[in-house]
Amino acid sequence: MNEIAPLEQFGDAAGASCARAPIGLLAELTHRCPLQCPYCSNPLELDRVNQELTTAEWQDVMRQAADLGILQIHLSGGEPTLRRDLEDIVEVAAKAGLYTNLITAGVTLTRDRLKKLKELGLDHVQLSIQDVDPTNAEKISAYKNGLDKKRELGKWVREFDMPLTINAPIHRLNIENLPNIIDFAVEMGAGRIEVANIQYYAWALKNRASLMPTRAQVLKSAEIVEEAKERLKGILVFDFVVPDYYAKTPKPCMGGWGKGIINITPQGRVLPCHASEQIPGLEFDNVKTRRLADIWLNGQAFNKYRGTSWMKEPCRSCPKAEFDYGGCRCQAMAFTGDATNTDPACKFSPHHAAFVAAAEQESASPNPPAFVYRRMGGAKADAPAE
Amino acid sequence: MSLQRTRTIIDAASKPGLPAHIKLRHDPGRGRWHVLAPERVFEPDEIAVEILKRCDGATSVESIAEMLAKEYNAPLADILADTISMLQELADKGVVKA
Repeated sequence: MNEIAPLEQFGDAAGASCARAPIGLLAELTHRCPLQCPYCSNPLELDRVNQELTTAEWQDVMRQAADLGILQIHLSGGEPTLRRDLEDIVEVAAKAGLYTNLITAGVTLTRDRLKKLKELGLDHVQLSIQDVDPTNAEKISAYKNGLDKKRELGKWVREFDMPLTINAPIHRLNIENLPNIIDFAVEMGAGRIEVANIQYYAWALKNRASLMPTRAQVLKSAEIVEEAKERLKGILVFDFVVPDYYAKTPKPCMGGWGKGIINITPQGRVLPCHASEQIPGLEFDNVKTRRLADIWLNGQAFNKYRGTSWMKEPCRSCPKAEFDYGGCRCQAMAFTGDATNTDPACKFSPHHAAFVAAAEQESASPNPPAFVYRRMGGAKADAPAE
Repeated sequence: MSLQRTRTIIDAASKPGLPAHIKLRHDPGRGRWHVLAPERVFEPDEIAVEILKRCDGATSVESIAEMLAKEYNAPLADILADTISMLQELADKGVVKA
């Protein structure tokens, strides 16, 4: 039985038919968030509240998504529970037949609202944690007493007999606490844990020198996960995402560009991946002015790097071209200045040595720079001279 | 109350079912069955679909295997062993409980 992770598809498990119909939709309902994690995947330029899609617009997106063949909807942000109409959106999504997943930081959702969301058809809760050490968690999120609130939400999720995933972004500040983070997930009764090493885009790229773990730390964490996977078989399912700076082959980013996933920003821009706005030359359509199916099939941004015909060497003749699709376009753009280059995570990239060296040097520094926290306008105000 | 989960072990007498949050659905657009799970979509093959359809929390693994052995005209012992191993794998992925 094939298994597909709708948010990061691997291999070609989704099959060729998926270019016609995506599997998953990541809906960033808002960019507002009470936390300020310096590795946030939102863009440096955050959408403001008065730009956000209305309730009716999001509801229409849900119906269109189901019609298009999307199976799972990931309600994310920012913090999606800051939308007071989250219930109205979930209700329509569930009625349309979508499998609904709430991705939350868990500090703003009340027990009553969660109960209501379950009644309206919410299928799953993914709760992110910054660390299980409260002081460290506060330092990372710039938010006080978050861990207690997260623990409380986790208990309610289980009380209502809903499935719980713990999402743990991993970096140099918390990687040594990984065993305790896994214990926390077991203690909360989570069925899944994402041990997700930071992927360096947007805020994370800006803060890379403060976040990058050493190669030895990453290898050690892989051993910890392997041991825990075996010990916790049938109790906790693991998703382990490694930082690709220490890889030899690139990740099959998004399972291929425009192949299985759609991302929609708070203001309704439809993206092939959440980091793709940094690539010049892409034209992003908006759900306010074009139907989702038309955007998916015919939108310029979706077709630009779909398939393999856009590739240059060494990707073009590579036997893995149809497996990893040359890795990540956004990373190629950010690190090499050309989105059609091979992802520098690939050992065949002429930029690979510099890419690895950056991680090794930054992670070895005893005094990493202070965080540039994620907040509206923060990237400009706090940015050190580049 | 402990929140901790325990591993489901499947044997011939187990009565497997799908937890409420696991959805076995036919997808008319793609012309195939899917199992929808937290941040996962499984694509069951024909036999897996036949097994999963019978996972109602009341029918034993042995009875499911007997039905399939009859339907596919195959030796019961083989079908039973395959069914147990498939369901155990799914239980370990959180798709089946018993």
